[in-house]
Order: sequence, then structure tokens, then C-alpha cells
Amino acid sequence: MYSEKVLEHFRNPRNVGKIENPDGVGKVGNPVCGDVMVMYLKIKDNVIEDAKFETFGCGAAIATSSMATELIKGKTIEEALSVTNKAVAEALGGLPPHKMHCSVLAEEAIQAAINDYLQRQNHGNGKA
Amino acid sequence: MIYLDYNATSPCHPKVIETMLPFFGEKFGNPSSLHTMGQEAKKAIEESRAAIARCISAREEEIIFTSGGTEANNLAIRGVVKAYQKKGNHLITSQIEHHAVLNVFKALEKEGFTVTYLPVNQEGLVDPGDFQKAITPQTIFASIMHANNETGVIQPIEELASIAKEHGIIFHTDAVQTAGKLPIDLGKLPVDLLSASAHKFYGPKGTGFLYVRKGVRLIPQLLGGAHERGRRGGTENVPLIVGMGKALEICTQEQEEENQRIQALRDFLESGILAEVPEVIIVGRRSPRLSNTSLVLVRYVEGESMLLNLDFAGICVSSGSACTSGSLEPSHVLLACGYPHEIAHGSVRFSLGKWNTMEEMKEVVRVFSSIVEKLRHISPFGKEVIRNV
Repeated sequence: MYSEKVLEHFRNPRNVGKIENPDGVGKVGNPVCGDVMVMYLKIKDNVIEDAKFETFGCGAAIATSSMATELIKGKTIEEALSVTNKAVAEALGGLPPHKMHCSVLAEEAIQAAINDYLQRQNHGNGKA
Repeated sequence: MIYLDYNATSPCHPKVIETMLPFFGEKFGNPSSLHTMGQEAKKAIEESRAAIARCISAREEEIIFTSGGTEANNLAIRGVVKAYQKKGNHLITSQIEHHAVLNVFKALEKEGFTVTYLPVNQEGLVDPGDFQKAITPQTIFASIMHANNETGVIQPIEELASIAKEHGIIFHTDAVQTAGKLPIDLGKLPVDLLSASAHKFYGPKGTGFLYVRKGVRLIPQLLGGAHERGRRGGTENVPLIVGMGKALEICTQEQEEENQRIQALRDFLESGILAEVPEVIIVGRRSPRLSNTSLVLVRYVEGESMLLNLDFAGICVSSGSACTSGSLEPSHVLLACGYPHEIAHGSVRFSLGKWNTMEEMKEVVRVFSSIVEKLRHISPFGKEVIRNV
């Protein structure tokens, strides 16, 4: 039911783990629903230098987390914010219909992590 | 390939295949035909019926052939309820039934019946006291499964059926997971109806049977010819029925020895997993259980991701996680046992059978513990229980 690409990313997920002193962290999902994604970002000069993730969830949840981090690495914040769940799913060669919510979670994780970064920036600016 | 999903289905026993083969080709007659070819087929299905009746201490005329467990359950529940609906409109079942039972009751609720869904305790058992309390003067029918397909927990069917009998309630049990695996003596066991499915006991898919105690009325659900004494229309599936009889005979003969052998493997597997993987729960371990089933809950990881990784390693299992069912809810059985959602999402069911070996169990323990460790590395939870960080 999964594409080769989904299985490949699930089997060898890219960018697993935490980033020490991240510039932005986004946590989405809920263990009760069976899916939790945490995304960590390192951002310099408006560009995502590094992205890592930790995910509790099914094959599609892990594969979409892996693909989402791959898609946003090296991108500007604006470019990363425009990565949609469809883009993540398409990059994986598609997802079964009942797994599309996993790609939504990946999009939400990107946005949550970037929003966290932007808030920290605002706080920093406010203090300075 | 290591196959540990026998509760989902089993391969046909080679002797079963051998017995079935002539009935696809040269012995192709329709059992309803009066000529020699037809009568040859008729004789074959009646011999199968007699063999099945012997295995469960029933009478031949009490066995109805069906297309499998789902049809047997539908026929039992709907057939009896519709025959007795003038006597009352209350029905009793449990929260942990297979969907082939649960969804029939849900449909009957829409048709005006009242249904009580009995809870289970954390060990997966229905309490006969709860059953007794649920009975009202309106109760006409109850259905409680013999053993649960996910946990393997064996329900106190004898006691439940006796209570039903005292109250004049017709009692059905879904024995799809126990036929061939546990002794069933309908001379002593006071159940009125019992469902079974051939492919769970090394017979072919697409056939099963319903036992209906003599004197219990049943409205047929498939209308057609006068097949199966007018209780189930449709030309009998001769090769599959012949295979089912052979399969149940073999399982009954080998039952005691096989159960001991398989239980030793299952117990080894469970001890290995408990020793190698921190924070796991084995469901129903303190209850009477099928000797082949082990339902393992692993904290901090999700069931489908364990299943897929085991599959990569050539090991076939099932999971009751939401992500394997196409719904977002985890197993209704685990929720009924009182496990919270986040733990119920992390289930893996190992179900063993005739062709498993000790070498395979050692391999599974080794592979499974490394898979759980890998997934816990990916998970944001439970880092403290990983040893090699």
C-alpha cells in the first residue's frame, strides 16, 4: 500500500534526532491519536541550515517527517513556509488516502517550528 | 519468511490440499443432482459433515456449511434474533467481539433491538456476574466469543452459556479462533450455536460452518434452494467443504501435542521479549489464553512501524494499531481492556502455528528488540529506556 519511496524513507529516515540549542522547535500531534512529530531547526541569515525530527507514529508519519526535513533544508523561511502537505506527499510518490493526515502533520510541524523561531526573534528584538 | 500471523490465516495442510484436489476436477458434481456424479459429491460433503460433527460431539444435522466465519456469525445472530423477536428485543454481547459479530449487533440496534455490550477487565475477560446482571425479561439472545482473536484470552463460555440456559436465552459463541485449537464438546458445553472458519485451522479460505443445536429455530439469511435443510441456500462448495472436514480431523487428532509444542515456543518468545525489551506489556497473561497467541504492547512506539520493520526482516505479524486498520482509532479490544490510546497504538500480535520452530523464536526475539530500539531512537518519547544511547 506504500510507495517504494515511502518505504525507503521509513526504512532509512533522514535527519533523525535533536538539534542542540535549536533556533526553532515545533511539536505537533498527540500520542492519543498515535502521531507526534517534533521538528528542530537551525536557522542562519533567514536560511534553514539544518532540520531534524523525532516522531512517534506509523510508517507514513516517519517517512513524511524525513521527507519534510529534506525538503526544507537549505531553503529560506519563506520557501519553507510554502511547503504544503501535498508537496511532501508528492515527493514521496504519493500516500494512501487514509495516510494523508500524516503529511498534514508534517506541514504543521514545519510551520510550528518556524513560528517558534519567529517568536524567539521577536522576543530577542524586543529585549535588544 | 517467518510467519507469525496464524490468527489471521493459516496455510492449507498438505493432506487437506490432497483431499480437495479431485473435487475441483474429475469429481465436480453438484450435490443436488440425482445422478452418480451428483451423489458422489453429496456423499463427500456428508462425510465431511459427519467428521466435523464427530470432532465437536454434535449431530450431523446440526452442522450448516457457510462461506466462512463472517457468514456463520451473521446467520447465527440475525437468523436467531429474527426467529425469536416476538419473545423480546434485548440482546447481549461483549465489547471485544470480532467485527463480524459487533457490526451485526449494531445493525440490529438500528432495526429496533436493544443491545448490551458487556465490558471486560484489564485481563480481557468478561465477568459472568456482569452477564447475569445484564439479563432482563426481554433478553432473547446472547453472543460471546470463545477466544479473542487479538489477545487469545479464552472466555468462561461454559459458565456464561449455563447462565443463559437457566434464563431461557439462546447462546451463540464465535469459535473462529478456537475450533481445531481447543477441545469443543457440544455434548457437554451448553451453547446453542457455534461459528467456525476453516482457514484458521489449516483448511481453505471461503468455507466455515455454523453449529445449531437441535430445536433452535433459525430464519435463513440466504434464500435459494433447499440446501442445508433449507437453512442456507446455494450450491455447496464441495472441494472446500471436503477440505474443511479433513483439516478439522487432523487438528483434533494432533491438538494436545501441538498445543504443548506451540505453547513452549510462545512462552519462550514472551520470556525473550520481556528480557530484551524494556517497558512492554503482554496482554491477558494472567488469563486462560490460546497457547499460540501473544499480544505485546510496546511503549513509546507505534504498532504499524513495528509491523513494517518486522516485515522488512521477513517476519509476518499483525498490529491492532489505528494505522493498520484504516481508521484513526486503535484496537477496540485494547480500549475495552482499559489501555489508554497511546499504549494501545503500540501493539504487535504474534500468533503461532504448526510450522513454527524454536530457531524462529530466537530470531524473532533478536530482531524485535533491535527494531524497538531503532524506533525508540526515532521517537520523542521513552529515550530513558534505550540502553545504547
